[in-house]
Amino acid sequence: MFLVVFFLLPALIMVVASLRYPGEFGGLAPLVSTRPGEEAGLTLESYRVFFSDWVYFEIFAKSFGVAVLTTLVCLLMAYPVAALIARSPKRYRDMMVLLVVLPFASNFLVRVYAWMIMLGPFELLFSRFAVICGMVYVHLPFMILPLYTNLEKHDPALLDAAQDLGANAWQRFWRVTFPLSLPGVFSGSALVFIPVLGMFAIPEILGGKDDWIVGNMIKESFLGTRDWPFGSMLSLMLTLAVLAVAAAASWLAGRRMSRA
Amino acid sequence: MALLEIRNVTRRFGPLTAVDDVSLAVEAGEFFTLLGPSGCGKTTLLRMIAGFDLPDAGEILLEGADMADTPPEKRPIHTVFQSYALFPHMTVAQNIAFPLRMAGNAPEQISAKVRDALALVHLEAKGQQYPHELSGGQKQRVALARSLVSRPRVLLLDEPLGALDAKLREEMQIELIDMQREVGITFVFVTHSQNEALALSSRIAVMNAGRVEQLDEPSRLYGFPRNRFVADFIGKINLFNGEIVAVDGERVRLRVAGLGEIEARGAAGLRPGTPATLALRPEQVRLAAIGAALDLPNRHPGKVRDFLYIGDVTTYVIDLQNGQRMQALLPNSSPGRAKFFEVGDAVTAAWPAEAGVVLTE
Ligand SMILES: Nc1ncnc2c1ncn2[C@@H]1O[C@H](COP(=O)(O)OP(=O)(O)OP(=O)(O)O)[C@@H](O)[C@H]1O
Ligand SMILES: [Mg+2]
Repeated sequence: MFLVVFFLLPALIMVVASLRYPGEFGGLAPLVSTRPGEEAGLTLESYRVFFSDWVYFEIFAKSFGVAVLTTLVCLLMAYPVAALIARSPKRYRDMMVLLVVLPFASNFLVRVYAWMIMLGPFELLFSRFAVICGMVYVHLPFMILPLYTNLEKHDPALLDAAQDLGANAWQRFWRVTFPLSLPGVFSGSALVFIPVLGMFAIPEILGGKDDWIVGNMIKESFLGTRDWPFGSMLSLMLTLAVLAVAAAASWLAGRRMSRA
Repeated sequence: MALLEIRNVTRRFGPLTAVDDVSLAVEAGEFFTLLGPSGCGKTTLLRMIAGFDLPDAGEILLEGADMADTPPEKRPIHTVFQSYALFPHMTVAQNIAFPLRMAGNAPEQISAKVRDALALVHLEAKGQQYPHELSGGQKQRVALARSLVSRPRVLLLDEPLGALDAKLREEMQIELIDMQREVGITFVFVTHSQNEALALSSRIAVMNAGRVEQLDEPSRLYGFPRNRFVADFIGKINLFNGEIVAVDGERVRLRVAGLGEIEARGAAGLRPGTPATLALRPEQVRLAAIGAALDLPNRHPGKVRDFLYIGDVTTYVIDLQNGQRMQALLPNSSPGRAKFFEVGDAVTAAWPAEAGVVLTE
């Protein structure tokens, strides 16, 4: 039921919207024409535009690049933090988790503008680097929390056993901690990767025109050019692309498991 | 030279001394047991031998070499943890291969050794299963195989049978002895079960509050406990407090209030006039109807208060004339007969002089 209301229904509306003509002043054109010369009914126009220009593909590729990079950087930064919290004495852990989510207590835009002020003096503003910084900064807690939840559940006796059986610190990490944390890595990555693709504020504030990603295009279609069908089509394409990535990831994970 | 030597090892946690000046030596090939009540420091001592914890004082030597600067992963000592600590993301075979891979063995060698280890613990068919698919006893075997496969010099086992039910426990005890004989690796075994310790060990160190109370072979611990703690902790025993009145080489005479004088086995260092405890195993006590002829020096009338039929033996609780209770254990060698005496019967409890052990500590 929830799935229908919160996922299927909006998706369906999106599909239908993407097949229609844009309305004169934004919105959607009616299905039946009321005035002569008015475009009405269903059309594949948006899709034709999308597939006839490499620009869109490039933006998608760039977006995925930004998302992958952000996810990787988040993972590298979040892992030690999550491990540190998970290995701290119990009474400090809640406090540390609170510190991780504390930034959410202030407004998102204010925090992004704070990065503007921080990066400005170094001439780093309006660059890909600035965008990644902002993306990582905003999404880091979404990586830390699932990782921490996973790492906290690990039985410390396993590490003792590994060490006892001859594994040094590096081997203990790669052969025990990391494989056991994969569920946390996957959910954290999904929680970072997907929102990054739809993000428009950070590239807009911290990036240059070159750093626009799918999110910006979708936002621009709805609020800028007011071409709703085109925006719907873009966001549908994004959903499909994300699903494809998720399917590929779970296929890879499944293959890994069966090989292991 | 002993294989493993512990010299005056002490470990403190704040005000608590968990291991207090312990010294002992384990010989190669031994099945050595640390036995003691909960909290007496067995695990702490074991963790120091494995290298997870360092002594505050004293040293631990393996083949004469001080281990203080050797981290756990470099010590040729493996541990079987009470919780098994099997890697849940690896199959049984991968779990067992783990120490071999860490040691950098060649793949063909690894698979051959893993096969042998699986055979040793009778799990040939389970190599491709994951730990969560195994029963408790099977997990236990995998943990054993994993710790033994790379042939450590010493295997430490921390209450490895604690999580098993009584029947399986007994089976695993027998398997453990067989296995230890087969691989010839020195075992240091921790338990708080005296039965297990007596059944398995070549020698036992009885620990209490961080100290070793007595270190001996099982039969000597049972027959010649050194002090009240050991006597009481190992097996059932009757204890009578009294005072030594005469010492005569082989024999000691002890006065116990209400019972008169009791003759017991002599020991070095006993002096008349010192308070002492007489320790007497229930199975050394004979019971007879009043008036029956008994050619034993210690004879005391009493009344049967209760009895406990356990199948092979029956334990009688006797109220003696001085109000003290004692236990006597009689074997039930004729089938269908649960008892020789009824509750309330007047009986004579008697025992030979050499059955009584005099303890002054
Ligand atoms: N890391 C620690 N910090 C503080 N105290 C500890 C620590 N480890 C053990 N102790 C204390 O040291 C004492 C000995 O503990 P240990 O675990 O060695 O007992 P044990 O003989 O193994 O008992 P059990 O049979 O219950 O396992 C206990 O009183 C315990 O509370
Ligand atoms: Mg313990």
